[in-house]
Amino acid sequence: MSKSKLKNKTIQNVNGWLFALPAMLGFLIFNLVPMFMSGYYSLCNYSILKAPEFIGFENYVNLFSGATGNFWVAAKATLLYTIMAVPANLIFALFIAVLLNRKMVGRTFFRSVFYLPCILPAVATSFVWILLANPDFGLFNTVLEWLHLPSSMFFWGKDSVLQTIVFMGIWSTGSTQVIFLAGLQDIPQVYYEAIEIDGGNAWQKFLYITLPMLSPTLFFNLVMGIIGALQVFGQAYIITEGGPNNASLFYVYELWRQAFKYMDMGVASAMAWILFIVVLILTAVVFKTSRTWVYYAGGEEE
Amino acid sequence: MRKKKNAIYYVKKTGFYILLSALALFCLLPMYWMVRSSFMKNVDIFVMDPFVVWPKEMHWENYVKAFQSANFLQYGLNTIIIVAGCMVGTLLTCSMAAYAFARLKWKGKNICFAMLLATMMLPGTVTLIPQFIIWKNLHMVNTFWPLIFPAFLGGGAFNIFLMRQFLLGIPKELDEAATLDGAGAFQIYWRIILPLSRSALVVVALFTFMNNWNDFFGPLIYLNEKQKYTLALGLLQFKGDYSNKWNLMMAASTMVVIPCFAVYVVGQKQLIEGISMTGIKG
Repeated sequence: MSKSKLKNKTIQNVNGWLFALPAMLGFLIFNLVPMFMSGYYSLCNYSILKAPEFIGFENYVNLFSGATGNFWVAAKATLLYTIMAVPANLIFALFIAVLLNRKMVGRTFFRSVFYLPCILPAVATSFVWILLANPDFGLFNTVLEWLHLPSSMFFWGKDSVLQTIVFMGIWSTGSTQVIFLAGLQDIPQVYYEAIEIDGGNAWQKFLYITLPMLSPTLFFNLVMGIIGALQVFGQAYIITEGGPNNASLFYVYELWRQAFKYMDMGVASAMAWILFIVVLILTAVVFKTSRTWVYYAGGEEE
Repeated sequence: MRKKKNAIYYVKKTGFYILLSALALFCLLPMYWMVRSSFMKNVDIFVMDPFVVWPKEMHWENYVKAFQSANFLQYGLNTIIIVAGCMVGTLLTCSMAAYAFARLKWKGKNICFAMLLATMMLPGTVTLIPQFIIWKNLHMVNTFWPLIFPAFLGGGAFNIFLMRQFLLGIPKELDEAATLDGAGAFQIYWRIILPLSRSALVVVALFTFMNNWNDFFGPLIYLNEKQKYTLALGLLQFKGDYSNKWNLMMAASTMVVIPCFAVYVVGQKQLIEGISMTGIKG
């Protein structure tokens, strides 16, 4: 009896591992091993043509001192972008989600329209944004002029390029909106009814019920938003090429240039690891503070 | 008294729909501008006064010219091969992994799942360079393998997570009954779980389609011969080669967008419900 039970357990273990095997191999080959490899490369002088040569922390020192590449310029542009984009995206996405959560006709239709920009090819949408934002004959400046507002250089001005990219990012926050909306729809209606009886207005409902109940979702979107913003690349590559005057020289774009333009895999790996550590620290900070502001309805869940 | 309340109610309601429609128009505006400009003469695009809402003469030949100016047929074929390969790989191995994590009991399950989930937070750039070097050493750069093969090894933590969430919702009794009837784990997976998780498979398939159709970063890194380009990467070449022919650029963009848009129109409901599933109960 116990022998067959043991055999049963072995079969279960074997089955479990067999089914998970492709995914775990993928984890090993494409994540874990590369992670350590790039850690090692970051300590090497490694142009792709020659074998890596161990040089200790020289790449890091050179990056921090500014001897190679534009590390600080890139870090500054990315940080500025993140500080603007994360709150902008969260506020806009939450605003849309709150609108869509009201009693209304055509919710599915509007939801699909708002999500649409997310599924379009970045190359195609970037092209049309280049056209829309053209300072001389773009639609944006035409509208601004028509409203008697000052025109802008958008992607071509060093003081306006980041804001323009943030604005473009707001346009495709569909996934964040949908996740917020799902969170909103999970809030029990009775809470709102209770505050209504107490005479609470719409703003109080939002402040005392929606926000606390939504805080786990907000937390999830915040973490994912920070990680995504720090890795912004597409707009710099397709639209601005880091310009003007390096104002949109994003970190991952600079990393890409080091790796695939200058073929300096060592420096690029060091940049990747610095980014990784920054992401870890920021995520840890958000997790730490989350205890004070994230409310889990079921008590201590996570 | 009651009438007055009604009036305010209708004003509010109208305002709400006006606001919502304005936001929807903002979302659709770039699409509209793309299609509008794709039908115009190039010189007319530079003229904003008088404002052209829709071109009087439709210049369909822009599409012909754009189509001929690059090898779009080849790019399209390449894209379809990559998308199809990724879809097969992802659907198979991601559902297998999800089955293992949601329905089977085995040693090391929790730690494996936690590690997989952690990769969602790992910046792609950390693994990018070693991956590239691995493929280079295998002499597979400039082939489709680096773009397709990873899909056969799980297809990404996000998809596995989404699938698992879905599989957790299928009643356990079904597996137990099948086990009593003598079915093994494979039969349960193939005969019971897969047919019951069709809607989740559709969502994963849609995500895989969109991601690979739109991706330009992977092809940019791994494909360096024009013959091998995907649509997104081929379209990117327009920026250098045709940067002043806006009408052709917009026509080419529209051609790349249309298949993606069509798939979205058909699958948007499932797709959006799929995302809602991943955000909650993380």
